[in-house]
Amino acid sequence: MEIFELLHKPWPWYIAGPIIGFTVPVLLLLGNKSFGISSSLRHICAAVIPANISFFKYDWRKEAWNLFFVAGITIGGFIATYLLTNPDSLIIADATKYSLTQLGITDFSGLMPKDLFSVDNIFSLKGLIFFVLGGFLVGFGTRYAGGCTSGHAIMGLSNLQWPSLIATIFFMVGGFFSTWVLLPWLLQLVN
Amino acid sequence: MTTIKGNSAEEIKLLNKEQDGYDGTNQQTQSEGFAGNLKYLIVGVFFGIVFVKAEIVSWFRIQEMFRFDSFHMYGVIGSAVVVGLLSLQMIKRFNIKTVSGETVSIPPKQFNKGQIYGGFMFGLGWAITGACPGPLFAQIGSGFLVVIITLLSAIAGTWTYGLLRSKLPH
Repeated sequence: MEIFELLHKPWPWYIAGPIIGFTVPVLLLLGNKSFGISSSLRHICAAVIPANISFFKYDWRKEAWNLFFVAGITIGGFIATYLLTNPDSLIIADATKYSLTQLGITDFSGLMPKDLFSVDNIFSLKGLIFFVLGGFLVGFGTRYAGGCTSGHAIMGLSNLQWPSLIATIFFMVGGFFSTWVLLPWLLQLVN
Repeated sequence: MTTIKGNSAEEIKLLNKEQDGYDGTNQQTQSEGFAGNLKYLIVGVFFGIVFVKAEIVSWFRIQEMFRFDSFHMYGVIGSAVVVGLLSLQMIKRFNIKTVSGETVSIPPKQFNKGQIYGGFMFGLGWAITGACPGPLFAQIGSGFLVVIITLLSAIAGTWTYGLLRSKLPH
């Protein structure tokens, strides 16, 4: 009874973080797999549209585990949202709420702001910036950097790899720049 | 930097080693079929649940992080690294083998300038979309179907990187 109630509530960082960290040894011991998610995007390219580009000519089937992993993440997202539904609305730090309100965000009820992430915005400037441009930067940047938050920040740092530390620092630098400089400008542009 | 003209396995291997060292590598020598790969799907399911229940997939949580308004995301990533680090140390120290008896092997990360330029670009996109590649999948599962467009665009971004790779500074 009690435990079910706890499962439905948002999980604190000190539960979630260690579980995520624990994925590192689990994947290694299950089948010698290094934790990393952004490679799945490359495997999709290799499987679907290799277009004779040498970067996509490799045996992606050997790396198919990564595609199973992201399929699982999608299913997990579904289970968490529809079966372990949070009874309350999202609690956002007041300061963030205030800053975002100033920038024109009005809806704070869900995990994502409906002002931006709604189907109505697909064919608008909002969609072009927040889905198309944003997604492109994520896909291009992670591959250029050789990994994402999971491959570099978690797996790489856990394995004491200094290139991963550099990558993680620049993830954060990019994020700060985007949040403090780019986002105010972009939101002004679309509102 | 090596210029790759042919595409022999040897050359691709060389290319990967020098510039890429892609994440999420499979170092297991035995191949696993569909059934074998299902176990990674199950790990992924748990992972996706944590992503959503800890609200890591939330655009707002990412904003809080980059605005220094909440400790949540720093706590998640920090404690994940600590647990990952301790487990790897244990695996190395006690030479713990995989379930099929192989020695655990993790390819080292090679430094190249991509970690700077690419890292910065990903950071820009992270704050705009509120998602890294993992959460993109979890957001779609959570019913934010519009994120399918973001995912397709991320795939296009990865593809474009592959296309332009030899012309980019590494």
